[in-house]
Amino acid sequence: MNPLLLWFHKLGSPPYFYRFAGRWLPWLYALALISGCAGFYGALFTAPADYQQGDSFRILYVHVPCAWMSLFAYLFMAANGFVALVWRIKLSETLAMASAPIGAAFTFITLVTGSLWGKPTWGTWWTWDARLTSELVLLFLYFGVIGLYHAIEDRRQAARAAAFLALVGIVNLPIVHYSVIWWNTLHQAQTVSLLGPSKIAPSMLWPLLTLAFATHVYFFASLLARTRVALLELESGKDWVRALLPSPETGHG
Amino acid sequence: MTPTRKRRLIAVSLILLAVAVAAALTALALSRNMSYLFSPSEVLAGKAPDGSSFRLGGVVLEHSIQRAPGSLTVDFVVTDRFHDMPVQYTGVLPDLFREGQSIIATGRMQDGHFAAREVLAKHDETYMPKEVADAIRKAEAAKKARASD
Repeated sequence: MNPLLLWFHKLGSPPYFYRFAGRWLPWLYALALISGCAGFYGALFTAPADYQQGDSFRILYVHVPCAWMSLFAYLFMAANGFVALVWRIKLSETLAMASAPIGAAFTFITLVTGSLWGKPTWGTWWTWDARLTSELVLLFLYFGVIGLYHAIEDRRQAARAAAFLALVGIVNLPIVHYSVIWWNTLHQAQTVSLLGPSKIAPSMLWPLLTLAFATHVYFFASLLARTRVALLELESGKDWVRALLPSPETGHG
Repeated sequence: MTPTRKRRLIAVSLILLAVAVAAALTALALSRNMSYLFSPSEVLAGKAPDGSSFRLGGVVLEHSIQRAPGSLTVDFVVTDRFHDMPVQYTGVLPDLFREGQSIIATGRMQDGHFAAREVLAKHDETYMPKEVADAIRKAEAAKKARASD
C-alpha cells in the first residue's frame, strides 16, 4: 500500500489520532501565537491609516480573517460530514462536530466586529443587506448543527444527523461569498482576491495575510484539542483510554 | 467500494444536488425581484414603489450639499451620473458622508424630492494610505492637465 495512504488509514484510528494530535498541539499553538502577535503588531503599529476611514479601518484585521474562517470551518465541517455519512468513519464524525463551535465563534466575531465597524462608517449597526443576512444565516446553521448534535442521545447517530444538516447548509456558502456580487448590497465587494490584484496597499495587506494564517493555524490547534477530548469521551470504555488513565490500584487521582 | 457505501454515496450526492438546485432557483428568483436599492434613473422611470418606503442609492453630487443653518437638516443631490434626485435629511450623517461618496438613503418620495429617514454611506473595497491616495490624485490631475494642453 502507498505509504501516504497507509498513514491516512492509520490516522483514522482514534488512539493513533489521539497521540498524533497530542504531538502536534503545542507546535500549532506556538505557531498561532507567534504569527498572531506578528500580525497584530503589523495591524496596529506599522500599517498606515486608511485615506478615507482613518484608524477605524483596522478592525478589518479581525473581521476579515474571522469571516474567512467562518466559511472555511463550515466547509471543513461539511466535508467531514460527507465522509462521515458515506464511509461512517468515527474520526470524521468527531472532527465535523468539533469544528462546529469553533466556526460558530468565528462567525459571531465576524458579525460583532462588522457591526462595530458599520456604525461609524455606514451609519448603522445592522441592515438587512444580502451579505449580512447570509452571514447571520450561517451562524444559525452552526447553532442548528450544534443543537441537533446535542439533542440526540446516541452520539454516533447524533453526529450523522448533524452532519446531514451541515451538508444541506453548504448551499449558503456560495451565497455568503457571492452576495456582494450578485446583489446590490451595502457591504463592499471583496478587497483581497486569490486571482488578480488586491485592492489594498501592500503595507496594509501583509498583516492581514499573516493574521489569516494565524487564524487557520489556531483553528486546527483548537480542532485537534477538541477532537482529543471528544475521542476520549466517545471511547471511554476502550482499552486504549483506560491505559491512559492512572490505574485504580496505583493511581493518585 | 462496498455496495452499501456506493449506495450511500449516491444518495448523499443526489440530495446535495437537489438542495443546490433548489437554492440556485431561489437565488435566481430573489435576484429578479429583490432589490436592496433603486438608482435615481429607476426612481424617475417609476420602478420604485410609489408612496411607500424604499432605498435610494447613488453618489452625492459634487457641490450639492446645503446645510440649513441652526438645524441638522441637510439638502443634497444624489446622482447615478444619468439622472439626479434631490434628497432632504434631518439627523446625524455617517463619517464617510461627503461629496462624491456612494450613499444609500432610506425614505419615501415627497413632492418631487426624496425625504430620507436614514442615510448610510457605502464604502468601496479599496484601502490605501493617505499618501498613496494623494499621489494618485496628483498623478491624475497631471494627466488631465497634459491632456488638456
